[in-house]
Amino acid sequence: MAILVNEQSKVLIQGITGKQGTFHLKRMQEFGTNVVAGVAPGKGGRIHEGVPLYETVFEAVEEHPIDATVLFIPAPYCKDAALEAIEAGIKVIVIITEHIPVMDELFIVNRAKMKGVTIIGPNTFGMASWKCKLGILPNVAFSQGPVGVVARSGTLTYEIVGSLTNVGIGQTSVVGLGGDRVPGTNFIDMLKLFEADPDTKAVVLVGEIGGNAEEEASEYIKTMSKPVIAYLAGKSAPPGKRMGHAGAIIERGKGTYEGKVKALTEAGAQVATFPYEVVDMIQKVLKK
Amino acid sequence: MKCFEYMGKELFAQFGIPVPSGRMVTTAEEAEKVAAEIGRPVVVKSQVLSGKRGKAGGIKFADTPEEAKDAAAEILSMTVQGHAVNRLLVEEKLKIESEIYVAITIDGASQAPVLITSAKGGMDIEEQAEEDIVKVHLDVFLGLQPYMAKDLARRIGLKGALAKGYSDVVQKMYRCMIEKDAELVEINPLVVSGDQVIAADAKVTIDDSALYRQKDIEYVDEDMTEIEKMARDAGIGSYVQLGGDIAVMANGAGITMGTLDMVQLFGGEPANFMDAGGGTGVEGTARAIEILLAQKPKVIFINIFGGITRCDDVAKALAYVKENKGIPVPVVVRMVGTNEEEGVKILQEVGIDAYRNMKEAAQKAVELSKAGEAQ
Repeated sequence: MAILVNEQSKVLIQGITGKQGTFHLKRMQEFGTNVVAGVAPGKGGRIHEGVPLYETVFEAVEEHPIDATVLFIPAPYCKDAALEAIEAGIKVIVIITEHIPVMDELFIVNRAKMKGVTIIGPNTFGMASWKCKLGILPNVAFSQGPVGVVARSGTLTYEIVGSLTNVGIGQTSVVGLGGDRVPGTNFIDMLKLFEADPDTKAVVLVGEIGGNAEEEASEYIKTMSKPVIAYLAGKSAPPGKRMGHAGAIIERGKGTYEGKVKALTEAGAQVATFPYEVVDMIQKVLKK
Repeated sequence: MKCFEYMGKELFAQFGIPVPSGRMVTTAEEAEKVAAEIGRPVVVKSQVLSGKRGKAGGIKFADTPEEAKDAAAEILSMTVQGHAVNRLLVEEKLKIESEIYVAITIDGASQAPVLITSAKGGMDIEEQAEEDIVKVHLDVFLGLQPYMAKDLARRIGLKGALAKGYSDVVQKMYRCMIEKDAELVEINPLVVSGDQVIAADAKVTIDDSALYRQKDIEYVDEDMTEIEKMARDAGIGSYVQLGGDIAVMANGAGITMGTLDMVQLFGGEPANFMDAGGGTGVEGTARAIEILLAQKPKVIFINIFGGITRCDDVAKALAYVKENKGIPVPVVVRMVGTNEEEGVKILQEVGIDAYRNMKEAAQKAVELSKAGEAQ
């Protein structure tokens, strides 16, 4: 199996008829995702690329059992769309949108916590679990196999997952936590699922400078039975500069590259200096 | 976006937080006029977005309007921490009995607003002993209720009218934060003067992603370089000027950082961090390439792993800039992912080879940046 979703999962797309929604709907379908419905206000009752459209999430869940939803919704409307999905009872919500106001994120993420809903993102490539892709990661990068991948940054993950795939090492699930200040899900949430997933034999953690998510994850890694290989971006970043992600700020000596490497190494994880080293390290731990 | 102190105080006044009487001015004559209106000793403060203004001489006291005029003229001719001073805040000088620290910001890891306060304000909060600082995480659905504010006052040792004034201020700060989409609302110091508390300083940072709905707040871009401003105007997700000679563009903050790390590993110096990810399109990417050229680099290194960013869009943009404006330096492109084949074909037509492997491309970019030096 894989974590959170699989090829049986029934998927909704909110914002399905927009430019990004339409483009990635097709890619998701090619990947094997079972997209059963879409939400597009003003277009309810129509069919878009073979998928029935509804005015609201509530309407869609009345017609279809839905396990997960993906939001391709412009930032100003994301809060409402995500809250609606939470209230409608969908348990996995992937928010691709970037530049959502941080106050809106606080309301989304905290409401989800109260309702036991998993939010992947915001500002993420989404996730892929076997034949179910929720989001925008390129299909070619991903293949099925024994490695779980959890990451804070998107493109870097394609890089690493792509090179694993190139040498024939597939993945159980690949999850992007997203680059925003208030992520819905953290490393520990996903590491726990990978630890419990019988098909995951090793885990790759892709982190970056700033914040203390990697240090916190290290505490959990100490208790894991599965090997963890980590790569951290931003070694060369000048201190105090803002590197795109609001979280990637080195302040007051916290969240430094060195501090994170130390925490992860002490927890028993191996840390790769450059992305392409991850492949060799994974090959070694899988042989053991 | 960081607000100037005077903007923060204008916001505070809107929410009913006590601030000293005063006004922003841009000339020494205006400073004299405002000081005369106040009719008491004043403080003249440079309005720049860096800390330690006092140490740099950017804050002066004046007992008379004439002194205020002289102080203003002097500060306006200064540079404070690299910033030219164009605006001043002239306000009444407070009688300070003690100083309190209070700030509300967002703790991303805890997914909650956090209020940090201390009875010992007026200096760097991070240098204070842990036991002197009170930190409380707030529930966004509850907000900052009156009972919480009263408890905060008690925990930092305030009583009576001061406790009331303080708890009133923290509730209004929280309202300001929520309504104005602030990532940070900080008062340091919140001055105790008689039985009143007054905000002697104001640090407010507005969430850039929420500026679209905060149109009444003036836009401030003082802490950006000229090229950084160009990048912002072009809608580039994120750009930081660094100073080396290899201009770098990648799509996504993480891969951009990874690209910079790799360029440095092979002995090169990146000129910048540019995350042009997020489906920028052909026009946006073409402008991004022009910004890379504006840095006059020795080499341009473009590293794309297409997801939402499409390789053919990036290739079209490169071809457009090459054909129409010319690219006078070598371009190294690494391109894989969404619409890769179309992208590689478009590049071939304009004579640019694309690498598939990031390591080889980074090595080539560094090699080309060194080529001139060897001759």
